[in-house]
Amino acid sequence: MNIVILGCGRVGATLATKMDQAGHNVSVIDLNNDAFQRLDPRFKGEKIVGNGLDEEVLKRAGIEEADAFAAVTNGDNRNIMASQIAKEIFHLDKVICRIYDPLRQSTYDELGLETYCPTVIGANILFDALNKEANPRFTSSRQQ
Amino acid sequence: MYIIIGGGGEVGYYLARNLLSQGHEVLLLEKSSTRYRTLSDELGQSIFHGDACEARTMEEAGARRADVVIAVTGEDEDNLVICQVAKKRFQVARTIARLNNPKHEDLFQKLGIDVTVSPTRSILSLIESELPGSRFVQLMTLKKAGLHIVELNVPPISPMIGKPLSQINLPRRCNLALIIRGEESIFPNGETTLQANDEVYALVTRESEEELRRTFGTV
Repeated sequence: MNIVILGCGRVGATLATKMDQAGHNVSVIDLNNDAFQRLDPRFKGEKIVGNGLDEEVLKRAGIEEADAFAAVTNGDNRNIMASQIAKEIFHLDKVICRIYDPLRQSTYDELGLETYCPTVIGANILFDALNKEANPRFTSSRQQ
Repeated sequence: MYIIIGGGGEVGYYLARNLLSQGHEVLLLEKSSTRYRTLSDELGQSIFHGDACEARTMEEAGARRADVVIAVTGEDEDNLVICQVAKKRFQVARTIARLNNPKHEDLFQKLGIDVTVSPTRSILSLIESELPGSRFVQLMTLKKAGLHIVELNVPPISPMIGKPLSQINLPRRCNLALIIRGEESIFPNGETTLQANDEVYALVTRESEEELRRTFGTV
């Protein structure tokens, strides 16, 4: 598939690399050229420096031919706005948006945006880990 | 009315002051502690220290009982989220957003923001109408009616000069509301004839605008 990823931070770069290796056509947008250093050196996709809220930048990244869009900048509101641009202006079916704030996530979830909230997911994982029995491999010397 | 304003910059501050002096209940939300401290001496209970983009802040601000939420931060995406959360989560009847990039207007409208105010666009219109030789300027949009208020300058070569308005084929869904001729203001009727350099103020639908321009010869 053709995918446009907004944000080349740790998650964006990891996602882009994975999608690229899986054979998809990937475009990554970031405000900062240095961010692209996080990508795998063998990355074959497009790197676009620019503001992902600007339609011209999105078009340069190939959003008109894209099948999917992922918004993973470090700003919830930027992700939210960019995702809605992808959906409402460019009519993409597959749009995923990262939202750190659980309350905002639930609002946009109700509005029909596909979202994921690392805050809630992370807290759940930690909760489970803390309430599980200690793994003997990681037992501290105190218990031995 | 109870009005919540998101963004305590210059615009938000003066807006708050103005609305307070008109007798409304106002709460200005500002996230920067230094800015908050600067303004709180004057605004007292009418300013709240918090980020308007956070749903929790809006909850504490009493968004549920607000009549209007106005988002005037410096970032379009923040203003968008403030208004959407206000409408969707708190059922605020009227949301107004400041738009810095006029290109985002369509998106904001599609997403249900009631009113968008673009300082850029307003200033552009004003500049355009001041430019010598400008013949057609879009002054304002009446969104609910789908109408534009436009200012037309009748060029000396216009085919409309000298003809009574009743004889001119104006597009449907168009109303010539006012003619300014020098110092004179004329409310036109069917017998009114146009002269060169008349300033005409018209109400016209988006679709009929092009046709109106062609009729006047301002294209």
